[in-house]
Parts: sequence; C-alpha cells; structure tokens
Amino acid sequence: MKKLVAILMLATAIVAPETAFAKDLSITAQMGPYSGRPAYLAIYVTKPDGSYDSTLWIAGQKTRFYQDLRNWFRGIAASGETIDGITGASVGSGQTLSVNVTLADALIDAGYQLHVDSAVEDGGYYPNDVVLPLSTASSGKPVSGSGYVQSLTVTM
Amino acid sequence: MLRRLHSLPALIAALVVSFMALTGAFLSLDPAIQHFAASGTQTAGVNAAELASSVAANFPGVERIVKLASGSVIAYYSDGAGQVAATIDPQTGNSLGAYAPSPVFGFMTELHRSLFLGEGGRAVAGIGAFALVILSISGGLLLVARLGGWAKVFSAARGTFTQRLHVDIGRIAIAALLLTATTGTYMSLVNFGFISDGSGALAAFPTNVDGGKPAAIADLAALRATPLGDLRELVFPFRGDPTDVFTLTTNAGQGFVDQATGTMLSFTANNFGQSVYEAFYTLHTGQGVWWLGLLLGAAALCVPVMAASGTVIWWLRRRNLPKLNRNVAARAADTVILVGSEGNSTWGYAAALHEALTQAGHRVHTSAMNGIARDYGRARQMFILTATYGDGGPPASANRFLARLAKLETPALSFAVLGFGDRSFAHYCQFAADVETALVARGWSPFQPVGTIDRQSSQTFAQWGAATAARIGTQLHLVHTPARPRTTDLTLLTRVDYGVEVQAPTTVLRFGVAESARGGLFGLLGGRRLLRFEAGDLVGILPPGSSIPRYYSLASSSRQGFLEICVRKLQGGACSEYLHALAPGSTIEAFVKPNPNFRPASGRTPVIMIGAGTGIAPLAGFIQGNTRHRPMHLYFGGRDPHSDFLYEDAMAAWLEDTRLTRLVTAFSRIVDGAYVQDRVREDAEQIRTLVARGAQIMVCGGIDMARGAREAIDEIISPLGENALTLKAKGRYLEDVY
Ligand SMILES: Cc1cc2nc3c(=O)[nH]c(=O)nc-3n(C[C@H](O)[C@H](O)[C@H](O)COP(=O)(O)O)c2cc1C
Repeated sequence: MKKLVAILMLATAIVAPETAFAKDLSITAQMGPYSGRPAYLAIYVTKPDGSYDSTLWIAGQKTRFYQDLRNWFRGIAASGETIDGITGASVGSGQTLSVNVTLADALIDAGYQLHVDSAVEDGGYYPNDVVLPLSTASSGKPVSGSGYVQSLTVTM
Repeated sequence: MLRRLHSLPALIAALVVSFMALTGAFLSLDPAIQHFAASGTQTAGVNAAELASSVAANFPGVERIVKLASGSVIAYYSDGAGQVAATIDPQTGNSLGAYAPSPVFGFMTELHRSLFLGEGGRAVAGIGAFALVILSISGGLLLVARLGGWAKVFSAARGTFTQRLHVDIGRIAIAALLLTATTGTYMSLVNFGFISDGSGALAAFPTNVDGGKPAAIADLAALRATPLGDLRELVFPFRGDPTDVFTLTTNAGQGFVDQATGTMLSFTANNFGQSVYEAFYTLHTGQGVWWLGLLLGAAALCVPVMAASGTVIWWLRRRNLPKLNRNVAARAADTVILVGSEGNSTWGYAAALHEALTQAGHRVHTSAMNGIARDYGRARQMFILTATYGDGGPPASANRFLARLAKLETPALSFAVLGFGDRSFAHYCQFAADVETALVARGWSPFQPVGTIDRQSSQTFAQWGAATAARIGTQLHLVHTPARPRTTDLTLLTRVDYGVEVQAPTTVLRFGVAESARGGLFGLLGGRRLLRFEAGDLVGILPPGSSIPRYYSLASSSRQGFLEICVRKLQGGACSEYLHALAPGSTIEAFVKPNPNFRPASGRTPVIMIGAGTGIAPLAGFIQGNTRHRPMHLYFGGRDPHSDFLYEDAMAAWLEDTRLTRLVTAFSRIVDGAYVQDRVREDAEQIRTLVARGAQIMVCGGIDMARGAREAIDEIISPLGENALTLKAKGRYLEDVY
C-alpha cells in the first residue's frame, strides 16, 4: 500500500512543493443493484472552473472501454496524463469499491470537485454519475449517484 | 503419445469444458433471437445525420445511438429521472419500445466468461478453451488414424456403440469446436493482456474544436457521409457545451465530428489488431451472424456427449489392461511376447499366453510392440499378438513398430504371429500379415503360419494354443475369455427341428426372457438384470463344464419378448450337441454381446440379404423387425425345401404383409440343385440396379458361402466401378461369417 500511495502522489500532478501538507482520503463507492457486467468507474478531480484536473482511480482495465467514461476521457485525453498504477478491477452490481488516495491540502475546501463516471459494457454510460465538492464539510457523508453508483462516501 | 495427449487433458478438462460448452450453447441463441427481433428494421437509405436528427427531435435528452450487430438501433437518453433506452425505427426515429439487454443472457455471459469467480474463473475458462483446442487437434488426428487415413475420414465408423458415437459426433463437430476453442483461447489471451486487442492507450481528443454555434444535426457533413449500414455508435456532445464533439464509431474506425462545422476533426482507422479482435469476437460469439452462432451452439452441445462417451471408452480400455505376473527383463528372457493393441483387449490374451508359458517354465518378457528392445540377449522365440486398426493398419501400441524394426540389431529369432481382427473389415488381420512379411524380409523365420482370431473368439485362441504347444513342445493351456457380462438363465420355450433328412440337423430354439429382465424403467433401474438385444447381436452360451463361450447370432430382438437362435449340430461340437439335446423347460446360462457392426443402416435404402443355413437367423430377425416396409430382398440357400427350409411359413407371411419384398431360394440337394450365389448371379441386373440406388448388402453364413457370395457380387457390380471391398469401406457390405 505504501508504494501505491507514493505513486498516487506522483500521478496526481497537483502535488505542490509542500508535499508535506497532504491529506489521506478514503473513497468508498457502493454500487447499486443492476443486471449486467461489472462497471467501469473513473474517479477524478476537476478545477474550480470545471475543467479537468487529475485522475485518482480507474476501476476496469481494458483500455477499449475507457472512452465510455466520457467526461473523464475527454479531460485526460487533453491533459496528456497517464494512469499507470492507478487502475484496478471493475466493480459488479452491489459490490463496494474502496480506495485510499493522498491529495494535496491545497485542493481541499478550494472549489475543487470529485467526479465519478460510470459505464457498463452493452449497458449505460453515466458521465458525472456522482459529483461532490472536495470539502471537509462533506467528509463522511454519503452522496447518491445518478447511475450505477448508488452512493459515494469520501472520508478525510 | 497422441492418445495420452487426447485422454489425459480430456479427463481433467471434461467437466470444465462441458460446462463452458453448455453455457456457450445457451448463449448461441442470443444472436438468433436478436436477429429475429431486428428483422423488421430497415436500414437502407438512411444516413447517420438523418437518424441522429430524427432521434434528437423525438428524444431531446438523447445521449448516444448504438447500432447492434443484429441491426437493431438503440437510443440511450435521459428522461429527467435517469437514463433509459429505446429501440428505434431508423426510418422515422420513433421508439419501437423500451430496450433492456436480457438479464438472462447477461448472467450466462458472465458465467461463461468467469464462472463468477473473477480473474481466477477467467483463467479456468481460458484453460478450458485451450484444452478444447488440444482435444480437437489430437482427437482429429486419432480419428484419421482410426479410420485409416485422410482419404477415408468419411467412411463408416466402427467399434462399440460408444466408440461410434464418439467418432461420428466428433467428425461432425470438430471443425466448429476447433473454431470455438481457438477463438475462445484468443479472447482469453487478450483478456489477460498476452495479446493486444489493438486498442491503443488513450486516443487523443481533438484540440481543434471550432466552438461556434452548433449547426442543425441533419446538416453535419461528416454524419451525412456515414450510411446507417456503417454506423456502430454515435455519442452526442454534452448539451450546452459547444467545445464538445460528436464521437462517431463506424465499421472502419472512430472519429470526432465538430458540431458547428460538421467536419471530421480526426479519424482513427481500426488497426490490424482491432480488426483481428473483431473477427475473432464475431467468430466466437456469432454476434451479427446468427446462423454461425446456432451452428457453434449445436457443436457445443456435442461436447458433453463427447466427454461422457470419451470417459466410458477410456475406462473400458483401462479395465481391459491385465496385470502381468513375473514379467522378466528383455535381456534375461528366453521368450518374448509383443502386443499390438488399441482397445487393450489383446493384452488379455497376451497375459494368458504369458501366464501359460511361465507356468511351463519359460522366462517370458511381454511388452507393447512399440517398445521392441534393441537387443533380446538370450531370447530364442518371439510371439507377436496384434490387432488391426484403421484400414488394415497398426493399432496404437504398434504404430511405430515397423519403423523401429528397421533399426533393430537383434539376431534373427524364431517367431509366430497371431492376428486379432474382425472378418467384417475389408482387410481382415492385415497388420498381422504385414508384420510377418516384414520379419521374414529381415531373415527371421516363423515357426508356424500366421494365426487369426475373429472377434476375440476364445475358442479359436484355445485352438491356436493347442497347435502352438505341439510346435514348441510345451504344455500350453490357453483359456482367456474377455470380460463378459454376468450370465442370465434362459428357459427353452419351444424348438423346431429341420434338416435331419439331409444330414444337416438344425434346430430353431426359442428361449423366454424373464419379465424382470426385459427392460422398461424397472429394468433400467435394475441395471444388471437388463437383457436387451437386437436381431443380429450375439448370444454367448456356456455349455456345462466349459468356460469358453460359443456365440450364436440372434434371430429376435428383446422387444419380441423371447430370444431365438438357429443351431446346426456339428459332429463333436460340445455346445451344439448340448443345445440339440435340450427339451422345452430346460435352462441354459447365457449372456448377450452386442454386434452393432452387423445391422441394416438406418434409412429407407433397399437391403439385399444373402444367407445360407443357420445364417438365416439374423436376417430373419431383421425382416421380422421391418415394420416400416423398407425394401428387403432375401436370397436363401439350403439343401432341400422339404427338409431344411428354415422359417418357411414365417417368410410366406412376411411376403404377404410386404415386410419382405422378394424371396429367392436355392437348394443344393435336389434335381437341378443350385447354391445361393448361383441365384445371386442370375439376378445380376436387378442387384446392380439396387446397388446403384444405394442398397446395402448383408451376408451371413459359413466361410465358403460368404466367399462365393463375395465373388458373385464383385462380378455383378464391377460395371459400377465398385466391389465388395469398396462397399465394405462405406459400411454397405456387411458380413457375419463363421
Ligand atoms: C475402428 C476399428 C477399425 C478396425 N479395423 C480392422 C481391420 O481393418 N481389420 C481387422 O481385421 N480388424 C479390424 N478391427 C477389429 C479389431 O482389430 C479387433 O476388434 C481387435 O480384437 C481389437 O483388439 P484390441 O482391443 O487389443 O485393440 C477394427 C476395429 C475398430 C474398432
């Protein structure tokens, strides 16, 4: 886990010189009940102006399906970022995905938002399935999604 | 080796592969169902711009349009509450009803891909697919060897019911199974990243978006240029975001279309890897090619049958393998026994010989023919017991024998060959003869001529043992009876005697089959007690005090409720004298041995039957059972119509109700007497016509009569470019000879 966290910090390009001022986030996505294959999820951050900032986690490993995570895909394609080391298995109906990431303090309570896009092969695509502000106030409070994600909880 | 390669993974993988096959067969229905659901969809004359425009008008919240492989068009849109999907009529853009992918097929797909066990399950599925590749290839090669070469792969399958089932089904399904298995393996390798599916890391999103006011969808040039036939998916830009674009996927690749200018901003054509992936995907799933899907599904259904029959075959072969006591090393033996076998039954005879020679004080080494040693230091004599397979070819354990022989250094040995075969094959015991020829060519000398054993006759084996004992000057008591089913007691109901006046005393014996032994559900559950047989099968009878059964062809099927045989009394024949002395009410010990190679082929082609004396028995049984009135022509030979005309009254009745089309008789001990083959010759014209129409010929009787009939038939059908041998290879000339 140590190693993963280290890579994540590199990957989240926003990590400022003051790396010391970083926060550990635990993100839990509870999938709703649906019929179909395990869903692909993109968990990423947007800037206060709404534009793409950085990727935190991708559930699902076949690049063939990445473009179905529409909003994220557009953002990352323009940023030229890579997602090496921050991908994992896709998440099935009713399952729970938990990831721990480290984020620079500067992003918290600064108008940044956390997004989840979801998509299922031969099923629906939900850009912005969940959107929630990166604020200490919303920590620990489940937010419900509009697509395959039933609820998302971010704890700081 | 090939056999081991076929049976070992087969046993391990049988369950996994059967499971995959059954789920796959179920999934194969999906493309067909989708095809018929889409059959009303008219895609001609519509382009992507028209479709997108009409759909957007009907569904303001449309997010994307997908054209399925089956041709159905689906629109995904948000209706305020959430995302929903509808099937669309592409001509009008109207909804044809809500769309939801079938949860059942979704479930089955996941089961088929991963058994719901995640990556581990996917690995198992992939290994199963690969096992099927190995099984198909090794099975195909075994099939070719078994049938006697590539040229004969479509000749009639031989062997037990299970073996023929395995061969026949395998032959039909192998191509489709190989296809499913290789494509399945490929998809598994793609899944685990061993092979690329061609999708690059992350395709670039265009940076040159115009950003101006969106134009009417119907006017977008790049969409207008895309006929609906080429469309796969069109993703709409986010509403109210002029910097977003249409994402267009076609059969050729993927591109982005500017919503203001209508130009294609960038287009990435499918690369080689993607094209390969798509081809394999289609070939594996049958998506969009519904008939292929059904074909693959039907082939998949064969897999469990193949697995079960293959397991039975493997088990029987194992069970046939005997244990050899005191098998001396090759260099220390004075006597060597080499065995050529495929079904392993020949090993039983070899073990009996091994045992008898050891008892007689010999030091015996027994091995497979392929295991022939370079040097048998002290050996003085060699026995070779070999079956024949394919079309006169070697059995599995001898397929490299002739090649190895060429490299052998052993000084010449005195040897004897004993062939095991089946007279109903065109090349009876041919491989045994070939082995002798090869050894003689190397300067070895046989101490007795090649012996042959037809259909594992224990009696002939004992006789061969006696003859051999006399030659080599040792005591040999050879008793070997292949594993036989448990015997049943049969009670004689009636007997009818013929032929005493013409020195051919023959009796037709009818035995009762106990009610509980006759089949039905009770019999099936009872298992062992079940006595079921067809006309033409054999009954093995053990005369008191003998452990060697004698076989008689059955003139009845178990459905008739009795078991009937014809027995000719032979001078000094222990069993025939015993049976001729039976009075109604007495019981005998007997068991049934299936003889599936001697049966009329299914269908309605004519059957020509030639039989003499007791050879009439199975033929009479076939006619009796011919309730579907297929044309049957019988040539029957006897000595005197007043003495040994077996089944005379029954035949009159069968002619009457047309179970028998024509009866021609020949009697030899009367004025102007003739043999049955003479009558056959007189009917040359008619027989040729029947054979040209696909008729099957069945011959039953003594060796001389069978030879006569074969010669007559050879002459008659040579103008057709056929002879008895070529017909035999097609399963159209059957002999039951004794
Ligand atoms: C597929 C097949 C092909 C056969 N081909 C021949 C043949 O060409 N000539 C022959 O005399 N016997 C042939 N036989 C009969 C076998 O040689 C005979 O049944 C023998 O006893 C089998 O011995 P095994 O069980 O040791 O292999 C064939 C049997 C099968 C099942």
